Amino acid sequence: MSGAVSPTGGSAHATYLGMPAFPRAAAVSTRDSGLRANLRRATHTIRAKRAAAVAELDDWERLRAAGAAIKDRTLRHLDHYLVRLEENVTRAGGTVHWAADAAEANRIVTELVRATGEREVVKVKSMVTQEIGLNAALSEAGIRAYETDLAELIVQLGDDLPSHILVPAIHRNRGEIRDIFRDRMAQWGRPAPEGLTDRPADLAEAARLHLREKFLSINVAISGANFMVAETGTLVVVESEGNGRMCLTLPETLISVVGIEKTVPTWQDLEVFLQLLPRSSTAERMNPYTSMWTGTTAEDGPRAFHLVLLDNGRTDTLADRTGRQALRCIRCSACLNVCPVYERAGGHAYGSPYPGPIGAILTPQLRGLTSALEESLPFASSLCGACYEVCPVAIDIPEVLVHLRERVVEGGEVTVRGTRTVIKPAKRHAAERALMRTAGWVLDHPAALRHGQRLAARTRRFHPRRLPGPGRAWTDTRELPRMPAESFRDWWARTRGGPAGTRSREQAS
Amino acid sequence: MSAASGDVGGDASRERILGRIRRALADVPRYERPRDHPVVRDYLRAHGERTPAESVDLLAENLADYRAVVHRTDTAGLPPLLGRLLASRGARRVVVPTGLPGGWLAGARVDLVTDSVALTPRELDGADSVVTGCALAIAETGTVVLDSGPDQGRRRISLVPDHHLCVVRIADQIVDSVPQALERLAPGRPLTWISGPSATSDIELDRVEGVHGPRTLEVILVDGDPRSM
Ligand code: SF4
Repeated sequence: MSGAVSPTGGSAHATYLGMPAFPRAAAVSTRDSGLRANLRRATHTIRAKRAAAVAELDDWERLRAAGAAIKDRTLRHLDHYLVRLEENVTRAGGTVHWAADAAEANRIVTELVRATGEREVVKVKSMVTQEIGLNAALSEAGIRAYETDLAELIVQLGDDLPSHILVPAIHRNRGEIRDIFRDRMAQWGRPAPEGLTDRPADLAEAARLHLREKFLSINVAISGANFMVAETGTLVVVESEGNGRMCLTLPETLISVVGIEKTVPTWQDLEVFLQLLPRSSTAERMNPYTSMWTGTTAEDGPRAFHLVLLDNGRTDTLADRTGRQALRCIRCSACLNVCPVYERAGGHAYGSPYPGPIGAILTPQLRGLTSALEESLPFASSLCGACYEVCPVAIDIPEVLVHLRERVVEGGEVTVRGTRTVIKPAKRHAAERALMRTAGWVLDHPAALRHGQRLAARTRRFHPRRLPGPGRAWTDTRELPRMPAESFRDWWARTRGGPAGTRSREQAS
Repeated sequence: MSAASGDVGGDASRERILGRIRRALADVPRYERPRDHPVVRDYLRAHGERTPAESVDLLAENLADYRAVVHRTDTAGLPPLLGRLLASRGARRVVVPTGLPGGWLAGARVDLVTDSVALTPRELDGADSVVTGCALAIAETGTVVLDSGPDQGRRRISLVPDHHLCVVRIADQIVDSVPQALERLAPGRPLTWISGPSATSDIELDRVEGVHGPRTLEVILVDGDPRSM
């Protein structure tokens, strides 16, 4: 292998950098009726199934409260738990590395792969490696990374970006997937079978054959993890297809890159999360495969195990007392599937591997409010509260959105790369423009808004103080909407006259 | 001890990250110990009261719901059943862990390949089926858990072949719930939780059985104690 770049010119180079701010990107996505139809069909299917899977457990709310409390306990003592985790992983034969930012994590992983002498790695889906742009870094070092989740494979072969946490290729329908396989597989390895149809089972079979070659021959794997247990040093990967098991057990070397917030204190804590996660994400009682491993095991699985603990903005997020709850997230994607804004805008509009409501609060905190994209994300919501209702760790996403809006508009203290800084208010007009664009876009989709309002009316009862000071400060000084006490739609109608939803997108943006 | 590899990923970054965390948590009182932050565990240890027989039925039902094929037999019936199931698939090369009781496959007309470190992934790929025991099974979720015990073998043998036959002892291996399962499992062992055959919902969220793991999972629930066969 001499080539440093992927054969297609590469998804390794597909990037979120320079993404347009949310309202503009969303306006583009919403014009793509194919994308919208795919998304709507998919999210509505999974929504109903999730509700049924959750309804099977009488103690769901208690599990949810325990999940939130365990994560809060962990976050309030994260230093303690990370040191314990490090001790226990090391004792079990693993090696722990610490990466303060993306560049450092990429350097560590690249060096580790180089040290094996191998030039190819198999990867099991990990949002964190998307976040740090690992594939591009490896590609520059002459190392080719093969994505092995079916959806990630579709994304990689299609030279594309993921658009959903759980189903990264949710924006592709079966016909498009068939075309991508037929046209691109040969460039990456075993070609698609002759006469490939667009039946999902045939497409899955094509992926099985294509990837099996890689699994049987490649000696280094890269993974993320869903949970890391501090008291035992155990890592947990929850998956469906078996590509995770392949990556975790066949290669000689395993490198896991994991955000520091994935820690849980005890083995027992898994009893909560292994009930919350599958039902919230794939709406199953249990996902097909869950792997748990502690360091290395003689004669079973990789002989070398490296754990790279990643900060990359997580400690900055932790410094924000309102915003830190975003670090409880277990990436189930339930909030995406109920979000009327996500459903219309699609995942790419969020400009990061973290789309939907969680992306709207996580990306601006991990990266800081550094560009128009991050500043606009907190406005990518109608504050309907559906995301909070389904979140298995009870993250009050609307509360954090309002808090971040206030930061954008009024400025204030934030922590950037570990240093406290005071940011200036976004230029008044810039902020208002961002809001107006979002408004124009949401209002162009009256169904989205009505759906949101119905939910809001139902949820407000449970959270009477959802919008304390920050929201009010924002509205008082800007004469802008009091949300959700008065809905955006009503406010628009009242202040601009005429029924909301009749303005064209062109006028609004 | 962290791996200090020059200035990358070494102690400097470790200290930087731990320092940032401590500064970020300035609002947490110094006297607060981790255990002081309350976690109320008032959720259920199991969902509903069931007799042992009902738990077995629920396990069978939930396994089948996720497309595992479920069989029931007793100790004497186990070898003929395994022989029949392998024959009906035309399986010739069958992988077995080192500690699988010899009597289980006594009647099967197949070539046995015993798990060993020398067995390469490619050789495993050439096997038709694998037969294992398990550590336990969870009724509420339809899950079997393997812990790499002697009758289960290394994790890869239940992964690479396309057909997995997994034997569960009814008398002492079935628990009701996830919390009960975790109580019984040893965290230090490599664990694989299996709920139905490999599947994906990546194409328009349609569930399709069979991607990389075994596309056929057959679970055999056995009365009696087949360990000494
Ligand atoms: S914020 Fe909550 S609902 Fe959304 S992905 Fe994270 S855990 Fe799931």
